[in-house]
Amino acid sequence: MNYNWNWGIFFQPNPMGTGTYLDMLLSGLALTLKTAALAWVIALITGSIVGVMRTLPSKGANWFGFAYVEFFRNMPLLVQLFLWFFVLPEILPRAAGLWLKQLPNAPFWTAAIGVGFFMSARVAVQLQAGISSLPRGQKMAATALGLTTVQGYRYVLLPMAFRIILPPLTSEFLNTIKNTAVAITIGLLELTGQARSMQEFSFQVFEAFTAATILYLLVNAVVVTAMRFLERWVAIPGYITGK
Amino acid sequence: MLGNLDFDVIRRALPYLFYEGMTFTLTLTFLAALGGLIFGTALALMRLSGFKILGRIAGIYVDFMRSLPLVLVIFWFYFLVPYIGQWVTGASRPISVGAFTSSLVTFIMFEAAYFSEIMRAGIQSISRGQPAAASALGLTYAQSMRYVVLPQAFRNMLPVLITQTIVLFQDTSLVYVLSITDFLGAASKVAQRDGRLVEMYLFAAVVYFTISCIASYGVRRLQARIAIIR
Repeated sequence: MNYNWNWGIFFQPNPMGTGTYLDMLLSGLALTLKTAALAWVIALITGSIVGVMRTLPSKGANWFGFAYVEFFRNMPLLVQLFLWFFVLPEILPRAAGLWLKQLPNAPFWTAAIGVGFFMSARVAVQLQAGISSLPRGQKMAATALGLTTVQGYRYVLLPMAFRIILPPLTSEFLNTIKNTAVAITIGLLELTGQARSMQEFSFQVFEAFTAATILYLLVNAVVVTAMRFLERWVAIPGYITGK
Repeated sequence: MLGNLDFDVIRRALPYLFYEGMTFTLTLTFLAALGGLIFGTALALMRLSGFKILGRIAGIYVDFMRSLPLVLVIFWFYFLVPYIGQWVTGASRPISVGAFTSSLVTFIMFEAAYFSEIMRAGIQSISRGQPAAASALGLTYAQSMRYVVLPQAFRNMLPVLITQTIVLFQDTSLVYVLSITDFLGAASKVAQRDGRLVEMYLFAAVVYFTISCIASYGVRRLQARIAIIR
């Protein structure tokens, strides 16, 4: 292979004047994590609401939940980001659109919101599966105890459902981190974006992508390990995974 | 505002969008699904074979691919495939590889990791008696896989496999990062040429949405039809 390897490149100053190339990649990693964290908060909150709606006895709520999930699941994430970034400011009233366009850090907010809503549909599906995996008796018992629907969900169904779906939620969280890379297309300089610009400035393609790959693997390993502990901690006694 | 939209720009771009863009997207989706399924099944068989080393290699490959973002993998292969080509053909310089070949290799390698997990679940869902009966009939390992286990695993997992293919169809839009003219790439080129971002991206969204919706409706119908009553 006639490729000039230069692993020392990471310690050379980057052309942006923000330290070395390694600093550049690490700032990308920080942005990836920040975007993913905000996206995950959005995904978890809206996903939980929609997921609960899909299990409510009301036809209207069910239908809304179904439509919501289908809407966000049947479009590529990239297209959704474009809709948030290019289309939304144009179809809003002029003043609001202008305000959106002038927002500082627009790629960051767009990415977090876009990825967040995209993932919320997936969270909703998981939560719905978790709630419907509970024995019917749980809901009935909650009603028999005189709990209202809200209380039944708050004290009986949701604490159980969330603990059951923790493993799939972990992989959805990992997907959220990975999906922030799509935001490179709207100019967010997250980890993949920084690796790409490092490649463009220094021509050291494989070093840049190797470093990004290792950083993604590290993040993955940390999240997986942390979630294993959390899973063991909240495991439901009496279930296969429980104590 | 919506008032001054020009939907005629879509009509004029239709031939380009579908003949160039959608053809690329669908060909890529179909070939990548096929290749991914074959390579993925091989990975699943490696993981389930008795050989520890083979299983470990396949496991590491699958975990590795699944922890990387697709965009990064696309970049990786875009720069790596010319060197692989050079190594395979023994040429003196990295060979130039077309955009289509590069993205096809990427998607086959990437999707294989996901298809392999589906096929593994499918193979594990077959009851132990099936391969036992096959070997009692004198079938070799290859024959028992070919005629007994894999057909059933494939049938059981067909809805999941198609769902994954729908995800793949949506994911092919990410070749946008290489400025390839897939469906979204074509829409985006027209959008930028004519300054009609709103119309073109809305139209692209509607097309992706319609196709995925119809396909996932088909999956639900299929699921009801092929479910084996045990």
